[in-house]
Amino acid sequence: MTTECSLRRSLAIQLRVVGALLLREVLTRFGRHNIGFLWLFVEPMLFTLVIAAVWYWVRDKGLHGSNLPILPFAITGYSTILLWRNAANRCASAVRPNVALLYHRNVAVIDLFAARLLLEIAAATGSLVVLLGALVFLGQADRPADLLTMVGGWLLLVWFAIALGLIIGPLAERSSAFHRIWQMLHNPLFPLSGALFLVDWLPAQVQTIILWVPMVNGVEMLRAGYYGSAIQSHYSAGYLAMVNVIMLWFGLKLVEHSKRMVSSE
Amino acid sequence: MIALHRISKTYLTRQGPRQVLKDISLTISRGERVGIVGGNGAGKSTLIRLIGGVEPPTSGYVERGMTVSWPLAFSGGLQGSLTGLDNLRFLCRIYDADVDRAIPFVEDFAELGRYLREPVKNYSTGMRARLAFALSMAIEFDCYLIDETFSVGDERFKKKAGVELFEKRGDRAMLMVSHMPQHIKKHCNTFCVLDGGRIKQFDHADDAYKHYTATL
Repeated sequence: MTTECSLRRSLAIQLRVVGALLLREVLTRFGRHNIGFLWLFVEPMLFTLVIAAVWYWVRDKGLHGSNLPILPFAITGYSTILLWRNAANRCASAVRPNVALLYHRNVAVIDLFAARLLLEIAAATGSLVVLLGALVFLGQADRPADLLTMVGGWLLLVWFAIALGLIIGPLAERSSAFHRIWQMLHNPLFPLSGALFLVDWLPAQVQTIILWVPMVNGVEMLRAGYYGSAIQSHYSAGYLAMVNVIMLWFGLKLVEHSKRMVSSE
Repeated sequence: MIALHRISKTYLTRQGPRQVLKDISLTISRGERVGIVGGNGAGKSTLIRLIGGVEPPTSGYVERGMTVSWPLAFSGGLQGSLTGLDNLRFLCRIYDADVDRAIPFVEDFAELGRYLREPVKNYSTGMRARLAFALSMAIEFDCYLIDETFSVGDERFKKKAGVELFEKRGDRAMLMVSHMPQHIKKHCNTFCVLDGGRIKQFDHADDAYKHYTATL
């Protein structure tokens, strides 16, 4: 273990460490009982289904007079919330329970975040794919009109979730006041995030304002991909990508600074 | 070889910055056993954490030309909600060690019986220490870093641990920090005194001891 590790070697160590942390997370969260780590996917699926069912009963006449099927609308919307909200919340509490593991040289703070982010991304993605796939298979929903746009929108949101997690994580670790503020803040972000509406339903002035919220662009893109020409979508993939770059840079800086704030024992 | 190049460490405290280690250079060759004595608060544990890479120095750098253990203090590096066995698997994964060989060793050595499959947070202090020790012996290193707090269990286990560490691994390099010079004299062949953040090296344990008592 020389200090001048080659890039390949460093990468091998990093992968090993993140892999080990992934298993550690899965074990403590889901254990080895009943369906074990499948809960990772089942939990967000149940959440989404409950939300979708509520929407279904409340507005079973379709949305805003339009005849958009509500189940795929609820699924595409709520999955994005799960994605960024869980990524951020899990990162906010990533360091403390794992502080003892930082005792081992190869384990760095960023690995703790990486493991949790990977799990949350896998969970939200799995839930979206399985639910939507099941609806299509059962003939309850149409196939996506433009799968590529859908994937593109989802990947931009995944990127956003990573960047958000890497910002919220280190800040929450540093200040418990920030942790509490974030817990209050993420609730009003829910209705603002675009999951509950199409931008086109809003008045024109509100549209330009709401599109400043980064997630809205991702959700619109996802739905543009799913519904195709059935809806009028408004989004800028470039804007979301730009926000992601800035946020990721900022997040990585924060992680760098929180490196090795270890006080185990 | 492990080489420390002009290491300094400063901590930010509420009363402002406090320099714990000042300009320390030290080398540990293969098979060498370095003992460092120092009073409470002399910076011994900080030094061992820097060498182990638990935290980075404020200035200077550590060169590691051989594999170095994590600092073997009692219970550091264990995750409480995982079982002993899962902690072992975790460590084997991150240090790229053979799990199938490590498990029987730890089962036998730590003497935890069924508790090996219980979360570590339910362990007694002695059980934790025995597990921590067994884990660090299950993964082989060229150099072991040993903190004085690493006193494991009862007399019988201590003896067993001593055999495992100092006899079976007699060919390995070692760095030991302690406030008990007799401990260092018994196991080491190079002696240092850490005082006021600076390090001083001696060829004989007795010279180190004299210097040490003069600093107290």
